[in-house]
Amino acid sequence: MNDILAKTGDVLRDWGPALLFYGMAGLVLATAAYAVLARKIDHSAFSLMACFAGVAGLYALLGSDFLAAAQVVVYVGGIMVLVVFGVLLTDRLPIEFRQISRETAVQGLAVAIPVAVAILGAVLGTAWPTRPEEAVADEGTTREIGVLLLTDYLFPFEFASVLLLVALVGAARLARGGRS
Amino acid sequence: MSPALLAAGAPAWAQIGLGHYLVVSALLFTLGILAMVARRNAIGVLIGIELVLNAANVNLVAFGRFTDAGPKGPVFAIFVILLAAAEAAIMLALLLNIFERSGSVSVDDATELRG
Repeated sequence: MNDILAKTGDVLRDWGPALLFYGMAGLVLATAAYAVLARKIDHSAFSLMACFAGVAGLYALLGSDFLAAAQVVVYVGGIMVLVVFGVLLTDRLPIEFRQISRETAVQGLAVAIPVAVAILGAVLGTAWPTRPEEAVADEGTTREIGVLLLTDYLFPFEFASVLLLVALVGAARLARGGRS
Repeated sequence: MSPALLAAGAPAWAQIGLGHYLVVSALLFTLGILAMVARRNAIGVLIGIELVLNAANVNLVAFGRFTDAGPKGPVFAIFVILLAAAEAAIMLALLLNIFERSGSVSVDDATELRG
């Protein structure tokens, strides 16, 4: 009995991270592909939501707990609401704009395939620098991110908050479309 | 995920490293580019842009985890998320305006600014 438990523990320790990674990566890529190819734009939007959640899972697997939470709050909670509003407010389109025509599919593949070949070639052909595993903090990166944002990156942080304010006020002004 | 979890007993493809995340990110980026070029619906184009930004973020976080960049990776990813939020809000406001004027959100119909 103890042998079986020990063996199960070994298998989980050896394969668990890989299974989690491949599961998350599969979820992200499958939902992203459906978001790109779906005939209806509302299907696309909801598939994109699952994709964002999967990316949050990847962040969690990478030990970036704060970013995983931020991803869920900002993308799944915020940007997706905007996209769904956009879909609902403009959903009176003729059917031909809802799907990818053969012409644009050819154009898209003509751009996407060279991009994929170039990036994958660079990724797989480069010996990336790594750091020893001991240097990786186990308690997550939230504290370090907070310290960095309020010391080294204080100016970009404040600048970004002003930029976000300006962008949101501008968006509200634009969306009113000149009506007072 | 603690480093001790990466035991030596598993085969090479089960040892998840930087390269695995970079490949996922590259494929996500490609799908985003495909959506940006192939979709004629402006919301489809926006979806492609968001996919590309997410792919860039996965790269930043993966480099932060596996190289000396450390927490600088996630910090840059936070700025990218922030800019993506601003960009999505502006883009949808523009899109609603275009839709009110021309009754279409096809990027091929928005030609008023073409010289």
